Amino acid sequence: MSNGEKTPTGFEPRIVAFFCNWCTYTASDLTGISRLIYAPNVRVIRVMCSGRIDPQFILAALREGADGVLIGGCHPGDCHYQEGNYKALRRFKLLKRFLNRMGVEDERIRLEWIAASEGDKVQKVVNEMTEQVRKLGPLHLAPIATPEAFEHEDKQELVAAGAEGESS
Amino acid sequence: MSKPKVGFNWLASCGGCEEAVVDLEEAILDVVEAVDIVFWPCAMDFKKDDVRSMADGEMDVCFVNGAIRTSEEEEMSRLLRKKTKILIAFGSCSHMGGIPGLGNFYSSESILKSSFLESPSTVNAEGVIPKTETKRSEGILTLPAFQETAKSLDQVVEVDYYVPGCPPPVKLLKDAVQAVLENKLPPKGAVLAPDVAQCTDCPRQDTKPEKLEIKEFKRPFEIEIDPKKCLLAQGLMCLGPVTRSGCDSACMKANMPCTGCLGPTSRVKDFGAKAMAGFASIIDSTDEEEIDRLLDSIVDPEGTFYRYSLPKSYMHAICTTMRNGSGKKGA
Amino acid sequence: MSGQNGNGKTNGSAPRVGVYVCHCGINIAGKVDCESVAEFARNLPDVVVARDYKFMCSDPGQELIQDDIREHKLNRVVVASCSPLMHENTFRKACADAGLNPFYFQMANIREHVSWVTKEKDEADKKAKALVAAAVHRVRFHSALEKKRVDVHPDVVVVGGGISGIHAALTMANAGKHVYLIEREPTIGGHMAKFDKTFPTLDCSACILTPKMSDVKNHPNITLWSYSEVVNVDGFAGNFKVQVKRKPRYVIEENCIGCLQCVEECVFKNARFDDEFNENLGKRKPIYMPFPQATPPVVLIDPTQCLRFTKGKCASKCAEACEKNAIDFDQKEKIEEVECGAIILSTGFKTFDAERIPQYGYKKYANVYTSLELERLVNAAGPTSGEIKLRNGSTPQSVGIVHCVGSRDQKTNAYCSRVCCMYSLKLAHLVKERTGAEVYNFYIDMRTPGKGYEEFYDRLLEEGNHFIRGRVAEVTDWAMSPEEQGKLVIRVEDTLIGVPRRIPVDMVVLSVGLEAHDDADDVRRMFGISCSKQGWFTERHPKLAPVSTATDGVFLAGACQGPKDIPDCVAQAGAAAAEALALVDKGFVELEPNTASINADLCCGCRTCVSMCPYSAIKVDETQDGEKSIINEALCKGCGTCVAACPSGAISQNLFTDEQIFEEIEGVLSYV
Repeated sequence: MSNGEKTPTGFEPRIVAFFCNWCTYTASDLTGISRLIYAPNVRVIRVMCSGRIDPQFILAALREGADGVLIGGCHPGDCHYQEGNYKALRRFKLLKRFLNRMGVEDERIRLEWIAASEGDKVQKVVNEMTEQVRKLGPLHLAPIATPEAFEHEDKQELVAAGAEGESS
Repeated sequence: MSKPKVGFNWLASCGGCEEAVVDLEEAILDVVEAVDIVFWPCAMDFKKDDVRSMADGEMDVCFVNGAIRTSEEEEMSRLLRKKTKILIAFGSCSHMGGIPGLGNFYSSESILKSSFLESPSTVNAEGVIPKTETKRSEGILTLPAFQETAKSLDQVVEVDYYVPGCPPPVKLLKDAVQAVLENKLPPKGAVLAPDVAQCTDCPRQDTKPEKLEIKEFKRPFEIEIDPKKCLLAQGLMCLGPVTRSGCDSACMKANMPCTGCLGPTSRVKDFGAKAMAGFASIIDSTDEEEIDRLLDSIVDPEGTFYRYSLPKSYMHAICTTMRNGSGKKGA
Repeated sequence: MSGQNGNGKTNGSAPRVGVYVCHCGINIAGKVDCESVAEFARNLPDVVVARDYKFMCSDPGQELIQDDIREHKLNRVVVASCSPLMHENTFRKACADAGLNPFYFQMANIREHVSWVTKEKDEADKKAKALVAAAVHRVRFHSALEKKRVDVHPDVVVVGGGISGIHAALTMANAGKHVYLIEREPTIGGHMAKFDKTFPTLDCSACILTPKMSDVKNHPNITLWSYSEVVNVDGFAGNFKVQVKRKPRYVIEENCIGCLQCVEECVFKNARFDDEFNENLGKRKPIYMPFPQATPPVVLIDPTQCLRFTKGKCASKCAEACEKNAIDFDQKEKIEEVECGAIILSTGFKTFDAERIPQYGYKKYANVYTSLELERLVNAAGPTSGEIKLRNGSTPQSVGIVHCVGSRDQKTNAYCSRVCCMYSLKLAHLVKERTGAEVYNFYIDMRTPGKGYEEFYDRLLEEGNHFIRGRVAEVTDWAMSPEEQGKLVIRVEDTLIGVPRRIPVDMVVLSVGLEAHDDADDVRRMFGISCSKQGWFTERHPKLAPVSTATDGVFLAGACQGPKDIPDCVAQAGAAAAEALALVDKGFVELEPNTASINADLCCGCRTCVSMCPYSAIKVDETQDGEKSIINEALCKGCGTCVAACPSGAISQNLFTDEQIFEEIEGVLSYV
C-alpha cells in the first residue's frame, strides 16, 4: 500500500513503535495517565521484551507504509528478562547499518531505552521523532509486485503485444 | 494415456539450472521416457511462435528458470503461464530473483552505464548503450526493454510450485518430476524442498558447541577452514540455519559455508532480515563499541544476506530509496 | 509481496469478531468519537458486530460482550478501552465466563495511548481506528490457550527490618507463614528505634517498638537474619530463590547471650569510636551492641577498629571474658539461599545529607544539628541520657528548627518529605518541655494532614512556640548586633509580614527530608522492579495496586516506596502482608501462557536459540534424531528473544506469534 496522501505540505508521518511490556509500554501508559499530550503519529505494538523484535517486523512496518519505526526497551541492565534488550540492540545495530546503506535516514529508525517511570521521555521521544521524520518526508517505496497487479496490466499489454505480433 | 507434456525455459539466467537438468545423467532418459518435452530452447530449437501456437493449458508442466528483467522475459513468462497447467519456478532466480535480483540495489540506468561504459574490461569507444529501437539503413532494429528491476517469476505471473536452489539439487528436480508423474503434488504454492533448515542434515552438526557465540566474523579465504567443524562456530557466515535443506549440504561438504540459495523456510518472510536476526543474536557482546567492531567484520552485508532473495524481500521495497537517489550508491 | 495472509484462520472455524469501543465516561468519548470507531470496525475483516458503550468494564458492559458471544456466536473479542495492563484480565474473564477461551481476546489501548495524549479530536479518531484495526487483524490469528498452574512456596522473605518490615513479618508469621526477615544492619528497628517520642500522641517510640522487636526474635515462624544482605534473586512469583550474604559479626549469634561482658573487658578501656546508632554523637568500643534493646541482642566486632584485625594481635580479653565462647575471630562471610513464594521489600530510606546545603552551616558550626541528631539527644537512651545539651555542655536557651531541608526545593528534592512538619513540631515540643528554650519553627507551609495532626499543631501554637513562615536563606555566626554575639543567626524572609529577619539562636536543627537509599537502583534491579528518578520504588498502580510492583510476588512496604510516617508505614506493611498472604495462601500461581515452544519437526538444530535464553530453558535434546533444541516450558518466562533469533522460524511464542505481530503491523498501518 502507499503511504497515503503525502503532499509536501500536508505530510504526516506514520511511525510504528514496538514497546516492551515492562518498561516502555508501561511508561507510555504513564504518559497517558499524566495527560502528557504528544504527536498522534506513533502507533504502539506491545511485545513482552524488546528482544522479541525481529528485524523482519521493522522491515514489514516500513513495507506496509510506516515512515519510521521506534523501538522502546528497558535501560541496559534493567531488562525484565535480564539481557533481552542487548539482543535487541545487536539486531538493531546490524539492521540499522544495513538500512543506512540502503539510504534510509538515521532518524527513521530509532531505539530508545525508556524506563517505566519515564512517561515524559515517551512524550519527548515521540514528538522529536515525529518532527524529524516529518522533515524527511515520506519513505519512498517500490510498489509491491504481485501477479494480480501484473495480470491486470497483462490483459492490455498482451492485446498490444498481440496486435504488434500480427503486424510484424 | 498420453505422456505428460513438459517444457523448460530460461529467462535471466546463467544457465546453471539447465545444467541441473543435464545433471540428471542417466535419469534423464527415464524422464524423456516418461514425458514429452515439448519446449526446451536451451537444448533444442524452438521459436516463440511454437509456444504461441499451443493451445492454452496444452503443456502439463513447465519449468522456468531465471529472473525476469527484460520485456521479452516478461512476455515469455506470461505466455508460458497460459500454455501450461502447472508452472514451476525452477532455481533461485525464478524463485526469489536470485543473483540478477542483486541488480535491484541499483538503478537500471546505472547498471547499463556500469556494464557498457565503466567496466574496466569493456571496450566501447563509441559509448554505445543498448536501446529498444535503433534505426539503421536496413530498417528499425529492436531489442527487448531492460526493465527497472529484476523480478521473481511469481512477481509476474502466478506460480504453482517452486524448486529452489542455485542450481536446484538434482534430487529436488527428480522428486518434483516424480511428484508430477505420480500426481502427488502438495497444495499449490509449495516450495518442493524440505521445510527444515540446513543444519538438520549437515555432517558438521555434531561439532556444534552447546552455545553458539561469535566473537568475530570471518570470510572463507581469511582462515584455514577446519573441514569437520561447524562453520559458524569457526566464525564463518554460514547461512545454513536460515536456509532450507534439500541439497545434502553440498557446500558444507565442499568445505564452504552455505550462501542461502535454497531460500528461507515457509515461516520466514524476509530471508535477509531473519539472517541478520540470527547472526546479530549470537554476537557475544553486550558492549556497544565491541558490537560495532564485530559488525564491521561483516563485509558486504547486502550481498551476504540478500544474495538470492532481494526482489522477494521486504528490503526490496526499501532499496528503491537508494535507487531513487537519496541513498548512497555503490554500496 | 505474495504470500500475504488471507483471511484469518485458526483452529478450524472462521473467525467471528466482536468489537467493543468503550467511552470510559468522557475519558475516551471526550476525545474520540466512539460511535464512528465502532462504525469503522464494522467494516474490518471478519467483524460480525461492533458496538460502543459507556463503560465496558462495568457489569452491563461485560454482559454486552457475553450476550453477543452467545447470540452472534462470536469466537473473537476486541475491546478498545484502556491499557491491557489495566483491564485485560477483566475482559478475558468475561469471555471465559461466556464460554469463550479467554485468549481469543485482544485489547486496543485507546485511552492511555489515544484520548489522554492526543490534542486534536480528528487525530484521536484516526489513531483509535488504527489501533482497533490492528487488534482486529491480530485477534483473528489468536488461538485457544491454557494458563499453567505452578505451586507456590509457602515461605515469605521480608527485606528490611524497620517498623514496616517488622510489622509485615509479624503479620505473616502470626498467620502461620514462615518468614525470613533480612536486615542489613546488626539490629532490626530501623529509624524508629532511634526516636524518643512519636507524633502526635507523644507515646514513647521504644515502648511501642521494642515489644514488636522481641516478638520478632521469639516468634517460632520468623527466621531473623540481621547483618545480612540480599545479593541475588532468581525465579518468579510463587517460587523465588533469594541469596543472602551473611556478614561476619565475629560473634557466634547462637552462643551470645548479650551479657556485654566482652564489651566490658575489651582492651580499649574507653569507648572511643563513633557510635553510628547515636548519629556519632556518642562513642562505643570496637566490640559493641548497637543499643540496649538491639534485636538480636547480640554483640558484634568492627574489624576496622578491633586490634585483632588492624594489628593482627590483641590480648583478646573479650574472648576470654565470654563464658559462652561466642567470639569467633575467624568467622567468614557466607551466602545462604532461601526459597520463598513472595517477597516484601521494606528497605526504608535515608535522611537528606544536610551538608549539601552549605549555607545552613551543618558540620561548619558545632551547634547546627540534624533532626535525627536531636532525636538522639532528646532520647533517654541517647548519648546525653535525654538531656538536650550543646556540644560545649550548655543548655540552649533558644532553638531554631529549619523545615524542608532537602525537600520542596528544586535544587535538592522537589517533593515534600511528608513527615518533617510533624516531627519538627514534636521536637519543638520536646525541646520546649525539656529546656524551656524559645523555639522558632521556620516553615514554608505547615503540612499536618492526619488524625490528630492539626490539633497537635494547635497545641504547639498554644505552648508559645514561634512560627515564622519563610524558607531560611542562611545560618551564620556573623553577628551584626550585640545580642547576636556568640549565637547562630538564622536569616529568613518572614513572608507573613514581608520583611527579612535575623533570628539569633543557640541551636539550629535542620529538619532533613527523606531520600531513597544510595543503592536503591541496584536493589530494585535485583528484584526486577522499577523506581522513580528519586529512587523510590514504583508501585504497580498508584491508586489500585499501591503495594504491588511490576514483578508479581514482590510487594512494597513503608518508606522505600516514598516518604511516609509510622502509621502509614504500618498500614502499608499490613497491606503488603495481606497481598503476600493472598498469593501464598492461594497455593498456586497461574502463569501467562506466553511461553515459547520449538516445533521439533521444523527445528534444524542450529543452536542459535540456546545462548539466547537467560533462564537456560533451552537445551539440545540429543535423544532426538538430528539433535534438536527443546524448550523447558516450566523455565520459559516468555520474553520471546529466542523466537526473534530463530533463523528458520521454528520457534513460536504464544500470544506473540510472528503471524499475530505481522497482522498487527499491517492492521495498525491499514488506516491512515
